[in-house]
Amino acid sequence: MALKIKINGKSQVLEKAMTLFDLIKAKGLNQNRIAIEYNQNIIDKDSLSGILIKENDSIEIVNFIGGGR
Amino acid sequence: MKDSLTLAGKEINNRLFIGTGKFPSKEILKKVLAQAQSEVVTVALRRIDLESKEDNILDFIPKNCQILTNTSGARTAKEAIRIARLAKACGCGDWIKLEVISDNKYLLPDNLETIEATKVLASEGFKIFAYMSPDLSVAKKLIQVKATAIMPLGSPIGSKRGVKTKELVKILIKEIDAPIIVDAGIGYPSEAAECMELGCSAVLVNTAIATAKDPVEMAVSFDLAVKAGRLACRNVNQETSEFAKASSPLTGFLRDE
Repeated sequence: MALKIKINGKSQVLEKAMTLFDLIKAKGLNQNRIAIEYNQNIIDKDSLSGILIKENDSIEIVNFIGGGR
Repeated sequence: MKDSLTLAGKEINNRLFIGTGKFPSKEILKKVLAQAQSEVVTVALRRIDLESKEDNILDFIPKNCQILTNTSGARTAKEAIRIARLAKACGCGDWIKLEVISDNKYLLPDNLETIEATKVLASEGFKIFAYMSPDLSVAKKLIQVKATAIMPLGSPIGSKRGVKTKELVKILIKEIDAPIIVDAGIGYPSEAAECMELGCSAVLVNTAIATAKDPVEMAVSFDLAVKAGRLACRNVNQETSEFAKASSPLTGFLRDE
């Protein structure tokens, strides 16, 4: 069953149930370089495979960019 | 001559901190960092773009550099705290350049929210480099809540207008027993040198290098200026005089009696 979720503020539909680990893998991201917030809680990267994404979940995925002053 | 700066227990031997925004390319940034041999480098945090595969900025920063994550984009203490925690979760340490800005025109920092965020983050073990409008009482409060360093602005971010806050920065250097690092507004190497002559522990430069005709040459120029200013600070004799003081004998030795 498809799930409606938000990733980085944008609505997305997942065609099948998956864990956060699966999602990161499916998006081709290197988990060592990013941080993930799941429903406003920062997730330890060791726990990604234990979290099954649910309908209406909100996920933030961030990484570093150039910046300074 | 060794003249290192200790920040949060870490020895830093290069007092030019470089910001990594606005460079024409990441390859040029890499050359700049290699040439200037900066040891503290700032980055920012953003939502990842899932549509386009961008190069990761960390691939262009030498591994031995200390990453200082800027909380740019934070409008409140709460947002800055969230960004700092996310930055730590990215796995590049806990040095945070705390920036809380609610004004979009001048990008001036919100000193009160900055104190609030420093209090929370420092108690969690973060090393806080607090970007602030130079004000003595605010700086004292930031130190009370365990900021690692104070980063007064020279002039508005990206403006390259120089250190317009010089008199206030001087007061901070004199009165605050913590590193003072001028951040924002430095446009010329001479201004960086002046900050160092005044007694700043370091300076942070980004726009002036990134937007130069040749960022690599400009970085070298800033590196030399920071070193010159630091050497001068350690050796200057501040005595001045209203009248001339000859440095050679004034007797007219070729004159007849």
